[in-house]
Amino acid sequence: MTANDLFSLWNFLSASPLLALTITLLAFVIAQRLFLAVGSNPLANPVLVAILLLIAFLSLTKTPYEVYFDGAQFIHFLLGPATVALAIPLYRQLDKLRQLWLPILVAVVVGATTAALSAIGLAWYLGGSLKTILSLAPKSVTAPVAMGITEKVGGVPSLTAAFVICTGIIGAVIGTHLFHLLRIRDDSVRGIAMGVTSHGIGTARAFQVSWEMGAFSGLAMALSAVATSVIVPWLLAWLDLRP
Amino acid sequence: MGILLGMMLILMCQLLGEALVLLFDLLIPGPVIGMLLLFSMLLIRGHIPESLDQAATALLNHLALFFVPAGVGVMLHWHHVGNEWMPIVVALLLSAVITLAVTALVMKLMMLLFGKPSTYDSK
Repeated sequence: MTANDLFSLWNFLSASPLLALTITLLAFVIAQRLFLAVGSNPLANPVLVAILLLIAFLSLTKTPYEVYFDGAQFIHFLLGPATVALAIPLYRQLDKLRQLWLPILVAVVVGATTAALSAIGLAWYLGGSLKTILSLAPKSVTAPVAMGITEKVGGVPSLTAAFVICTGIIGAVIGTHLFHLLRIRDDSVRGIAMGVTSHGIGTARAFQVSWEMGAFSGLAMALSAVATSVIVPWLLAWLDLRP
Repeated sequence: MGILLGMMLILMCQLLGEALVLLFDLLIPGPVIGMLLLFSMLLIRGHIPESLDQAATALLNHLALFFVPAGVGVMLHWHHVGNEWMPIVVALLLSAVITLAVTALVMKLMMLLFGKPSTYDSK
């Protein structure tokens, strides 16, 4: 086999979804093994580790993200059905939901406002550009909603998507430590805070803790998506932040 | 067969959700509407069908994996982040800490004000 053969083999493989799908699963399996090997330490968050491994691989092989995503989109697609499936754990918590609807609603509205206001305030105070501030504002909600909001207020949707992913990972990594420090032990409270702050990635982390925390996180993620799409455009108009 | 039936139901809810979003020009994504539709359906039926439970469990057990392809997209933004890394990193980190703490404390306070504490102590 010559170098030329290898090159054409690589060309063939990288053009089919097979390679992107295989390396995504491989990276995730390695990340999950690592997560278990370090005693489920949230710092070794599997989503974070898998993303870093894949970025390293794509950079080393000089593969553009678009080529990778062309294949990996089949995994990405499953996010939709998985979001719909959150209705099942939620339904299991129906009794608690009936008791807690008022605290949940207040916590989600206050939380969504806090997420946007703190990000805007901090970025503005530290000299962030308007483009950064507008793209940061909706970073705590699930990516498709956040990107829709950014488009509406004049930010950059793909930059928002990057902020959304980072926020998700940050919340997933520090969440349980922070709840421990604040002595918050109730899984419904932890779930709501996780979902409001870190949307789906936080919800995936919540499911690692318990199905109850996952269910409440999923609910909070859905409610805060609705709340944020009302709050952020209004907040930015009130602060007179326009592109 | 069971799991396929459940998967079909989930996809139908998503499809209906996406259709509603397009029809009424909603800002909320289709899958979130689909989740609310499925939840309403469960409320009406009063129980979770076995096949639906299987499909949902299979999907939710791997929720974390599904975020990976979109997450790799962060690599497209090195340049912008590089120029303004300080405000971005601090805002993302601190805002996450503040939001987690405020939301959890407000929820806890509201539960103390409006709840019957004995029923909330799960553990």
